[in-house]
Amino acid sequence: MISCAIEKRLSAPGGEMHLALDLQIRKGELVTLYGESGAGKTSTLRMLAGLMTPDSGRISVDGQLWYDSQQRKNLKPQLRNIGFVFQDYALFPHMTVRENLEFSAGKANAGVVSELIEMVALGDLQHRKPSTLSGGQKQRVALARALVQRPKILLLDEPLSALDFKIRTKLQDDILQVHREFGLTTLLISHNLGEIHKLSDRVIELEQGRVLRDGPPEDLFLSSRISGKFKFTGEVLKIEKAEVLFIVTVLIQNQVVKVVAQASDIKGLRIGDTVLVGSKAFNPVIYKLN
Amino acid sequence: MNWDPLILTFQLASVTTLLLLLISLPLSYWLAYSRSRVKPVVETLVSMPLVLPPTVLGFYFLLAFSPGNAFGQWLDHWLGLRLVFSFPGLVLASILYSLPFMVHPIQAGLSGLPASLKEASYVMGKSRISTLWNVLLPNIRPSLLTGIVLAFAHTVGEFGVVLMIGGSIPGQTRVASIAIYDEVESLNYASANFYSAVLFVITFAILLLVYLINGGYVKRFWR
Repeated sequence: MISCAIEKRLSAPGGEMHLALDLQIRKGELVTLYGESGAGKTSTLRMLAGLMTPDSGRISVDGQLWYDSQQRKNLKPQLRNIGFVFQDYALFPHMTVRENLEFSAGKANAGVVSELIEMVALGDLQHRKPSTLSGGQKQRVALARALVQRPKILLLDEPLSALDFKIRTKLQDDILQVHREFGLTTLLISHNLGEIHKLSDRVIELEQGRVLRDGPPEDLFLSSRISGKFKFTGEVLKIEKAEVLFIVTVLIQNQVVKVVAQASDIKGLRIGDTVLVGSKAFNPVIYKLN
Repeated sequence: MNWDPLILTFQLASVTTLLLLLISLPLSYWLAYSRSRVKPVVETLVSMPLVLPPTVLGFYFLLAFSPGNAFGQWLDHWLGLRLVFSFPGLVLASILYSLPFMVHPIQAGLSGLPASLKEASYVMGKSRISTLWNVLLPNIRPSLLTGIVLAFAHTVGEFGVVLMIGGSIPGQTRVASIAIYDEVESLNYASANFYSAVLFVITFAILLLVYLINGGYVKRFWR
């Protein structure tokens, strides 16, 4: 359990900003920090990791005190045992993929390296230098490297923003997998609503350094709660008028789906919007594929 | 031909460069990452040899280290160091005189690295020293090479400081640049030409090598 009540004055692009947060994050939760750039998301992760010092407040994790301004305690990042995935990946350019993981492992965790390389399917790339890898491959190395020390907490700063759709989906699965297998408490920053729905148990929306909203993704991004049996998020590609109805073409994962909608449904809907497609009025049918 | 001045020059440059590297690593690291208020003052002091006439530096060294003065007397009495007109004195003066040539490239190299490299290493539990040695320095190899070579070449080429504090004692302080000056004064142009040509060729070769390595030409050739 992470308990964090911190304040920090930051110089944001739009002038000075006062970050003041009071967060309780349960063990095993996968939490997304959401909000406009400059809202304080990255700073929050950095203060949890010990890479930035708050002005005042208190951070404790599983009963262990990491930071307390009154007791003048500030645990060094070296001692916090956190996995951190940086936005620019921060792979060491002079080391191969395997060496990157081995450096993190030191002598104590050496056995874990091969296991992780296997897990994120980096076997063929393990002797290559980071500069020869694609964005998605670098991200997988960064994720694996962050897990070498078997951290309890994983922090990911916009891990998927620079990647194309297909690789994103694969990496989302990777993140979910390691989150469960390693029993992690995970905090990640994301702007992509589909991704947030797929990954997170809880979304914390920040604005100007304050918590604007906090809850499960369905509560935050839907005006009314839909109790559908099937729910998929997708992106609106096309809205066509057909007689009295409208046909909305939605991209879900990598499949294009057509959905019938009424004029009231598509009010305010524009191409490029992220939507949730759900069904509850009929029974799904299952066909065997092979 | 008397090779002594040339040998002495390269001895001086090698010793100076080695000691400079040891001093400049912590100093550059501090300058690259510190937010201390005295940093601008230290930066200015490090850069002073770039703008001061070498004779000014040499003159104050001469005053400070002279056994006729309190500090020089103290050095002589307690440490047995006679820094005026001696090889150790030349080394000390050269270190200060070439300091910016070593510190500036290393400082620029460290400042140019993304902060996340250092932070990633800290989060992995690595100490500052381990991070500097295993992560930062290997990624600024071109800057290190530039610093080493510039400091070496600059020491080879110094004249004013050496003349002031070292004089021209054969085998002890008579480096090549001084020898050339002496030979010309006694109209011995052949010797002067010999020393000059050797210096010219060697320094050209060293600098060329640096540009070839840092420009990646050597790597491409080996492939």
